[in-house]
Amino acid sequence: MIIRILTNLLRFVATFIAATVMVFLLLRAVPGDPAKIALGEHSTPELLAQMQKEFGTDRPLIVQYFDWVSGLPFGDFGTSYVTRSDLSPLIMDRVQVSLILVVLAMLLALVIAIPFGTFAAVRHRKASGAVISAVSQLGIAIPGFLAGILLVVAFAVGLGWFPANGWTPPGQDPADFLRRVTLPVVALASVQAAVLTRYVRSAVLEVMSEDYLRTARAKGLSPMKALVKHGLRNAAIPVITVTSVQLAALIIGAVVIEKVFVIPGLGSLLLDSVGNRDMIAVQSIVMVLVGLTLIINLLVDVLYTIVDPRIRKTA
Amino acid sequence: MPLRIPARKTLTLTAVALSAALALTGCNAGGGSGDTTGAAPKDSLVVALTGEPVNLDFTTTAGAAIPQALMSNVYEGLVQVDQTGAITPLLAKSWELSKDRKNYTFTLVEGAKFSNGEAFDADDVKFSIERVKSDKWLSGMKSKMDIVDKVTVKSPTEVTVALKQPSNAWLFNMTTLVGAMFDPSGVDDLANKAIGTGPYALTEWKRGESINFDARADYWGTAPKTKKATLKYFSDAVATTNALKSGDVDVVFNMQAPELVDSFKADTKFQVLDGTSNGEIMLSMNNKAKPFDDVRVRQAVMYAIDRKAVVDSAWNGYGTLVGGPVPPTDPYYEDLNGVYPFDPAKAKALLKDAGVENLDITFTVPTRPYAAAISEIVVSQLKDVGINAKIETAEFPAVWLDKVFTKHDYQMSIVLAVEARDVLTMFNNPDYYIGFDNSKIAPIAAAADKADEAGFVSGMKKVVREIVDQAGSDTLFIFPNIVVANADVTGIPANSVTEALNLSVMGWK
Repeated sequence: MIIRILTNLLRFVATFIAATVMVFLLLRAVPGDPAKIALGEHSTPELLAQMQKEFGTDRPLIVQYFDWVSGLPFGDFGTSYVTRSDLSPLIMDRVQVSLILVVLAMLLALVIAIPFGTFAAVRHRKASGAVISAVSQLGIAIPGFLAGILLVVAFAVGLGWFPANGWTPPGQDPADFLRRVTLPVVALASVQAAVLTRYVRSAVLEVMSEDYLRTARAKGLSPMKALVKHGLRNAAIPVITVTSVQLAALIIGAVVIEKVFVIPGLGSLLLDSVGNRDMIAVQSIVMVLVGLTLIINLLVDVLYTIVDPRIRKTA
Repeated sequence: MPLRIPARKTLTLTAVALSAALALTGCNAGGGSGDTTGAAPKDSLVVALTGEPVNLDFTTTAGAAIPQALMSNVYEGLVQVDQTGAITPLLAKSWELSKDRKNYTFTLVEGAKFSNGEAFDADDVKFSIERVKSDKWLSGMKSKMDIVDKVTVKSPTEVTVALKQPSNAWLFNMTTLVGAMFDPSGVDDLANKAIGTGPYALTEWKRGESINFDARADYWGTAPKTKKATLKYFSDAVATTNALKSGDVDVVFNMQAPELVDSFKADTKFQVLDGTSNGEIMLSMNNKAKPFDDVRVRQAVMYAIDRKAVVDSAWNGYGTLVGGPVPPTDPYYEDLNGVYPFDPAKAKALLKDAGVENLDITFTVPTRPYAAAISEIVVSQLKDVGINAKIETAEFPAVWLDKVFTKHDYQMSIVLAVEARDVLTMFNNPDYYIGFDNSKIAPIAAAADKADEAGFVSGMKKVVREIVDQAGSDTLFIFPNIVVANADVTGIPANSVTEALNLSVMGWK
């Protein structure tokens, strides 16, 4: 168990370091100079040189890399070319917003997917099960941003129940937070719910054909009771795997949803930073995303061992 | 979507929980800050814009968004431009020009204060002008102050600026961001803190969202019409109009999607204003690269393009046709639409004359809504006269600035030139990306700048006519300033003739 966690941690660090090198080099290959953008349509060679010196982009790449990477373990992301201020508080602010969105969306998706998926599996030979399957197929086909736009048209512009866009932190005004967070979370969750419903359905279907479930039913339990008592725990393993993969996808999906709903999250900061070639910001945001994904993987691994004792023993 | 499924027994709990959450949040929807139908007189205003400032320091960062938010509202100059384009007093209540037209003596208003409590006086004028010339200013705009020789403080309310030579352009430039007045103790962190003499103090900047202003109780001039004003930033035009419809914003300024305007015109809850701007939509041809190094080819393009059709199809007819690189609000404007009427036959003849029939060119189009809309129709019109333009998109600003603007690696491009009175910036510099040969206009422009008002206007008209004769670029149209707003908002400055968006003049019926 401990060796397993240590191996995972080592892998975590190695992946992270490799990612910093790749992200740094890839961004240097992108055309566009932050100093040129800051000077715009009035740049002269002299001003450009002065600006590059100011930004530190005139230094050798290796110096720039170590300058940036040495701060990362301490949560110091450096100074933005564009905002001319510390990136760390800005990025941490945005991470909070994005995590709230992603976690709420995933919870909502699971709350929908687990009962619906189980229901669809139990009723897989009946019309109601087929309807759920068809609807979830439709949900997968509709991209999150389209769902977002449709929700805005219907519930914000049409009915006026919710604001069309904007953000209020939950601590500042909980009621307004709920109003503003509902549509984006529903938009994000709709696709996830559809995807997860299908996975829950197939996982439960698989479990239902297992011998131990047949035994349980032979002992007189109803199909639903047998499933809840003996089957769901086993069906949870593939669902946890998919949920973790989808969680990473959700963080990316949030980038687009944040744009649609004008939410100041990590995604919109990333897009703006790319546009301005604020390399330090882009690098740091990407590494935060990489870090989050790696942490999710770590946690899932731990979760496996809790849910399924067999995994603990094989390690 | 799964939400629409009728709940069965096993699902009842989920459904109840969800609908409860929806109902709870729905109940709150009416009472929010976005409600515009309240009975009490409103003392706040929310204006939607697309394109947020990246920081607050226009002395080291280019882009129209920073001066749009801060000039007039936080920073003020000695002089300003009114809605018709005329120069009027601001922090200077009057000024005198010496006989040799080289010395401007400004008499300052009394009682003006910066938002940090410091008094504004002649020393601040000297500090601000000299700072533009120092290496603290990292902006190409600083060259507008090169002509200043010396600033002399005569008394706390009187200051003389001596120019190296007479210049009509300089006083106008003082209405722009280079003329902003700073307090020496308020320039430590310009990127994040803005301290000026204007009617508002910047209270909060939620990056990625909005900038909030509070009206200053100690403002020296006419108090703003509302106590609070907010600039709210959106990534696209549809999001701004959605926010207007749902009551989250009161005004959408400089709307970027003219096709959405009609739905607001039909609704009495809203007003639509069709103002003008300083921005020229320039179809630029690289005067130094083949095939546009030949004036006949450039002229052929001028005849080949039906500018009326361009503005009608690409921008719903909003925009002003002018025929030259000068907006109607500039003093030396004249209607030059007749110089190159739409005449495909003449275009073909010119191309034949130049020996370049069946021409293949690359058209580098920046990733902006206006550019995408216009480029398609331009390509089809060029095709009719035998010019095959292949569209190549360039990410704006990063790639466009690098490739087109800096490296001059392009044949034809399109861009919105927003800066005020920028005709000489664009054409009186052969190293500028357009590459216009300025040998003929440079002496006329220099003489016009030194001349008196009448000589300035007539000289600049000559300059512009020469540029148009040489087909330096095709000015497709002057970009409109479309404003869509709640019908009860008053005082909206519809003409965007300065870089600033003055919030203090807007109020409620």
